[in-house]
Amino acid sequence: MNKPQPFNIIFSLLGALILLFIIAPLIGMVIATSPQDIIETSKDTEVQKSIWLTVWTSICSTIFFAIAAIPLSYLLAKKSFRFKHLINGIIDLPIVIPHTAAGIAVLGFISRNSYIGKLSSNIGLDFVGHPAGIAAAMAFVSIPFLINAARDGFAKVPVKLEKAALNLGASPSRVFFTISLPLAWKSILSGLIMMFARGMSEFGAVVIIAYHPMITPVLIYERFSSFGLKYARPVAIIFIAVCLIVFIILRLLSPKISKSFYNHKEHKVLHKDRKDFMVMFIFFVTFVHSL
Amino acid sequence: MLEIKNISKNLEDFNLKNLNLSVNKGDYFVLLGISGAGKTILLEIIAGITSPDSGEIFLNKKNITKQKIQKRRIGLVFQDYAVFPHLNVKNNIAYPLKNEKLSAFEKNKQILKLAEEMNITHLLNRKTTTLSGGELQRVALARTLALKPKILLLDEPLASLDIQLKNELRSLLRNINKKGQTIIHVTHDYQEVISLANKIAIINNGSIEQTGTPNEIFQHPKSQFIANFTGIKNFFKAELKNKQAIINNSIAFTLLTDKTKGKGNVLIKSQDIIISENKVESSACNNFKGIITDIIPAPLGIEIFTDIGIQLVALITTQSLKKLNLYKGKNIWISFKASCVKFF
Repeated sequence: MNKPQPFNIIFSLLGALILLFIIAPLIGMVIATSPQDIIETSKDTEVQKSIWLTVWTSICSTIFFAIAAIPLSYLLAKKSFRFKHLINGIIDLPIVIPHTAAGIAVLGFISRNSYIGKLSSNIGLDFVGHPAGIAAAMAFVSIPFLINAARDGFAKVPVKLEKAALNLGASPSRVFFTISLPLAWKSILSGLIMMFARGMSEFGAVVIIAYHPMITPVLIYERFSSFGLKYARPVAIIFIAVCLIVFIILRLLSPKISKSFYNHKEHKVLHKDRKDFMVMFIFFVTFVHSL
Repeated sequence: MLEIKNISKNLEDFNLKNLNLSVNKGDYFVLLGISGAGKTILLEIIAGITSPDSGEIFLNKKNITKQKIQKRRIGLVFQDYAVFPHLNVKNNIAYPLKNEKLSAFEKNKQILKLAEEMNITHLLNRKTTTLSGGELQRVALARTLALKPKILLLDEPLASLDIQLKNELRSLLRNINKKGQTIIHVTHDYQEVISLANKIAIINNGSIEQTGTPNEIFQHPKSQFIANFTGIKNFFKAELKNKQAIINNSIAFTLLTDKTKGKGNVLIKSQDIIISENKVESSACNNFKGIITDIIPAPLGIEIFTDIGIQLVALITTQSLKKLNLYKGKNIWISFKASCVKFF
């Protein structure tokens, strides 16, 4: 057996400290909460509605914005045009600005006094205090994850394959749907999962636009500020459990969904590791946000 | 059928310069050139993948220079095949058929016919990621032929295959061409296409240096580059004076010609040169004393590089090498008949 290298031991210890830093608060929270509190909180209709609202607004926001975000990712990956670097920078902007500031920016855009707000009011839709507003706030902060992942996926599709398809008489749109999209699908799926997960965990931007109806991160904050840690903790644990269940379901489903698009073995191995890491990372962020 | 007129393309480190080519229907046209000579970029321009900076391309007298790639119906088989990894063999072949209004039965019939021609029927349901290079090549060919291309462009199709697969594919390509398919085949290996081509163009440094039948190219190469590139070792610029070809103003070869003077090229096949240890009295008019500068094994024997004032290469058998005890630095005599010296 090889003797452990000091280098590896130091790095492993440092890594263990980071893992402990993430896991310890979560375990501590679970230990500090009685099972009875969790069962009672899970029966609370306000909590149930809030979790359901959080999940479906995040799903809707991911699907709705993906329709435009995926073509944008394709353009950024495959075409050369002026201000491309600037656009790439703009896409990353929601990641770096404080989320409350992002919420204020989105509020200014969709409030009743804005052009879009007035226009939507005419058709009976008021974004402020509405799930549509929540979805917009979620999308604003989470869409960079989808665009960046999809752009990387499209960039990896060999140009030669797309040219070969054109050479075989396919139109550009057919090339997109039959070659580029299936070959980039693994990365796009990772991006969709990351966007969805990040949207679910959003608090800062959503609380500015829609305190009510309450998504779970807002509900946790509300219970904490109104009733204290004891009442906020069970909601947080249930939400974490829901996040984990969703994560496991998506993990189980994603290979099957991808398989129907793309079954290239080497590609699968290459992407699986990265996707697992990224999704795990986002879900850890979700947990921390939830607390 | 295909006319390329004054095509130029400036790339960062390479230029195509005023290229002109003409390919007739049914031709097996080979574009021969070293790596980086501009062969692939020319194929891409013909296929429409790359646009030329200037010049025009006519297909059946129609200007297609600005026609979209998907409208040209010029099939290109890429050097690395570009077979779609997410589709199985059958769906790869079916890809161009989806543009046509055919019934599922008709499509299946065509796929099966092509698969039979390419001898890949047993692979139809296989994933392309599990195929060998030779199998991928056949899939790529079948897929491109499904397009019913007006011209089939092949980019180094034999480059990465072993000898047996090369022979099989050569035979397959010959059959495809016999059925009337016009083919433009790009390669850097002249031996690969001697048996296939009915017309050859030599491309060097972005320009066409010579075009003609294989016989014209190999018997009368226009330049030292073409001679060397096509495997001819003894090619010299010469001046004809008194029925003798003077090379480098230093050495004179006697030859049979009805010309009396002029400048031209001299070609002597390496297998026509005789090596001996001492001067031999014979009917050969050209006898020179020289020294062996190198001995290199060749596919058909041993190449003896000699210095007789200029470099001459003789092709001999292994038995002769042993019998004469030839080695680098040995003094020898070179002789060849006047009828072996071609002046053109």
